Amino acid sequence: MTAKQSSWLLSAAVFANNAVAEEMPLNLTKGVTEISRNVYDLHMIIFYICCVIGAVVFGIMFWSMLYHRKSKGVAPANFHESTKVEILWTAIPFVILIAMAFPATKTLIAMEDTSKADLTVQVTGSQWKWHYKYFDHELEYYSLLATTKDEIYDKREKSVNYLLEVDRPLVIPTGQKVRFLITSDDVIHSWWVPEFAIKKDANPGFINEAWTRVDVPGIYRGQCAELCGKDHGFMPVVVIAKEPAEFDKWVSEQVEIAKKAKEEEQKLLAMNMSFDELMAHGEKAYNANCAACHQPNGQGIPGVFPALKGSAIAIGDLGAHIDIVVNGKPGTAMQGYGKQLGLKDLAAIITYERNAWGNSTGDAVQAAEVIKYMSGQ
Amino acid sequence: MSTTENNAVDSNHHADDHHHGAPKGIKRWFLTTNHKDIGSMYLIFSLVMFFIGGAMAMVIRAELFQPGLQIVEPDFFNQMTTVHGLIMVFGAVMPAFVGLANWMVPMMIGAPDMALPRMNNWSFWILPFAFLILLSSLFMEGGGPNFGWTFYAPLSTTFSNDSTAFFVFSVHIMGISSIMGAINVIVTIVNLRAPGMTYMKMPLFVWTWLITAFLLIAVMPVLAGAVTMVLTDKYFATSFFDAAGGGDPVMFQHIFWFFGHPEVYIMILPAFGIVSQIVPTFSRKKLFGYSSMVYATASIALLSFVVWAHHMFTTGMPLAGELFFMYCTMLISVPTGVKVFNWVATMWRGALTFEVPMMFSIAFIVLFTIGGFSGLMLAITPVDFQYHDTYFVVAHFHYVLVTGAIFSIMAGAYYWLPKWTGHMFDIGLAKAHFWLSLISVNVLFFPMHFVGLAGMPRRIPDYATQFADFNAIISIGGFAFGLSQILFVVVVYKCIKGGDKVSDQVWEGAEGLEWEVASPAPYHTFSTPPEIK
Repeated sequence: MTAKQSSWLLSAAVFANNAVAEEMPLNLTKGVTEISRNVYDLHMIIFYICCVIGAVVFGIMFWSMLYHRKSKGVAPANFHESTKVEILWTAIPFVILIAMAFPATKTLIAMEDTSKADLTVQVTGSQWKWHYKYFDHELEYYSLLATTKDEIYDKREKSVNYLLEVDRPLVIPTGQKVRFLITSDDVIHSWWVPEFAIKKDANPGFINEAWTRVDVPGIYRGQCAELCGKDHGFMPVVVIAKEPAEFDKWVSEQVEIAKKAKEEEQKLLAMNMSFDELMAHGEKAYNANCAACHQPNGQGIPGVFPALKGSAIAIGDLGAHIDIVVNGKPGTAMQGYGKQLGLKDLAAIITYERNAWGNSTGDAVQAAEVIKYMSGQ
Repeated sequence: MSTTENNAVDSNHHADDHHHGAPKGIKRWFLTTNHKDIGSMYLIFSLVMFFIGGAMAMVIRAELFQPGLQIVEPDFFNQMTTVHGLIMVFGAVMPAFVGLANWMVPMMIGAPDMALPRMNNWSFWILPFAFLILLSSLFMEGGGPNFGWTFYAPLSTTFSNDSTAFFVFSVHIMGISSIMGAINVIVTIVNLRAPGMTYMKMPLFVWTWLITAFLLIAVMPVLAGAVTMVLTDKYFATSFFDAAGGGDPVMFQHIFWFFGHPEVYIMILPAFGIVSQIVPTFSRKKLFGYSSMVYATASIALLSFVVWAHHMFTTGMPLAGELFFMYCTMLISVPTGVKVFNWVATMWRGALTFEVPMMFSIAFIVLFTIGGFSGLMLAITPVDFQYHDTYFVVAHFHYVLVTGAIFSIMAGAYYWLPKWTGHMFDIGLAKAHFWLSLISVNVLFFPMHFVGLAGMPRRIPDYATQFADFNAIISIGGFAFGLSQILFVVVVYKCIKGGDKVSDQVWEGAEGLEWEVASPAPYHTFSTPPEIK
């Protein structure tokens, strides 16, 4: 194995570019939880079992290939059955498997026991971001990919955590049993953090459970593991594990910030933003939230995502436009942004959509108008 | 059941075709009911599909050559992975095995043709249309299917593009073709065996195909049901897979994998059969444990119906379900192990020579077993949570399907090509094809194990920079493997055009009815049944 490893490293070195990337590990991670270590041990046991069986079977075969060749002048033997041998090589693997099944069953039972959690977080996947909601605190937020388009399209050097970085990571305390309730708003996603040995599908309309107890503070990175459409490769998971005291401090700060933001929003209702302000902010918010499907030029992807340029909704009735942005369109990929975005963003996006790319309704939609529609329902 | 028809076919042959060969011109191919013609068409079709699906793999590997998006957009990337999978499974591997069955099953059991020759013609000729429909959808507005070859709902229903109906209909046609092919194989083997050819005297290739055909009949309708439900969910407002209407997206996966897992064995059992023909020939020794091989194949087939949910461990199954499917999956490695042990025991104390079919078969045994090992690792549910949907899985099923199924098809093609054409192929070129394929396929798929363990998910068009070096190596292996296959086309073409004449037995150690007919095999064989001792 070491010889093989070093030969791989050698060939890897040949292709090494000057990127800042860390060395790729060649084996499964041991992780940072008791469960993940058990999983790693199971992985190594079954791997070694396979190696031993492989060495014996291939050894016999290669021996035969070396010594039982016609060019050596051997005459073929005549035997072609032996019940004894057949029973033996049916029974031995069977016994090995039973021996393997015991530890696997034990670990599996422990993994599925989500009872007596200290903290519960609801994890909701949607195209293409994660949403975290703390059950025991007034706190919820979206977590989006932080890698820029310029990095993805090779226009800028890639950062160290290229594609594995988000704007707002999930934060959990160390040493406590954290339960995750995992679900989805649209298609099936899968929430995966290798370091915790958790990979659980997020199924729309159903809730899955998983749990972890992290021993070591740190930043742990994973990705969506179930094909969920166009940007499946661009919805990473980042979890920060903090000491309980630090975690508590972080939570109260965040709750405070969220409260302030809500108050800000209330103030906003009283003010009017200028058309230019709305357009400028709208372009930014649109590109961050809408352009993945409807495209930066508003033309969508024909046959998949509808165009907004010249669309009946974007240049038609304002109420219908606000409604579709806020509530989404059931039965399609259009999700509701009412709970994802602030009023300022919503108002700016709607203004932008009604006046960009040749759409020219002249409407300057204010936060107050959006909330009027939202509360009028 | 079909005796009267067989007699009719038989007497026709006796009356008209006794002394002339194939009809001439294009009509021969459209109207043929000859198992050899249809077998050839299946094989050529699957080779064409192998290259089309391969070209898509080249697109995938080119995009993955380095991190960042350079060549294709993510949506098109997803179409490539989807259609690559569909074409390789339904267009390359399955038709290739049907082609081999068409050619060899009648010749191996001493039958004059397949039992249902007109249906045989039809089951081939609907296939090109199925794939034209599928491929044409790539050029439609919104593109072709982009939800993976497993088309999980609701990605394939509510969230799919407008061409989904074309995908559904093309899968329907492929299914009809497979079912008809399977019926034909079963009827042929049950009814047309030469007198004295008892079941336990049948060559193993015939046995494995008989069992495969039953699997096909059992599960292709399930696939048809799954795509139909996708169709009605998307276009007719049903809610089979939509929780909002009382459905369940996970139910889709249960239905799909109830088809999908036996499908895996549909693509490997005939491979076992081919290797079980070739290894004894070049070991100059009878197959070790013939009857245990038959029983092992049958138990693998039966077990394949009770392991489907091991593809779905992360969907949130109840603990009892996870345990049941883990145990059953582990159990399947026992009969599979028996097969590998039997091949090794066949070689043991034989008098081995290493002709090209034998080289591919030995590579098959080793590399398929590696795929089996990673399969055993994937069976362990707690660890599967880590492996699931990573490149470790991609490595696993490509070892089983490429170095397993496709290597066995190559082995079979080299084994029987001289019988089909009457010429020996260019051995030097064929050996070059073997060695280049063997090396490149491992450069291609072996590093995927490491990339997967390190945490790279499958079906992503772009990846973290730590995976860059390995992906570059994998892509180079991919391009090399793709290019190497051009050699195969050259070898086949040259062999059809000419070459050294071969004897009827072709290979020194070959035994069986197919080696008793002339080389090249005449257009009609066994119009009078042979005598089986």
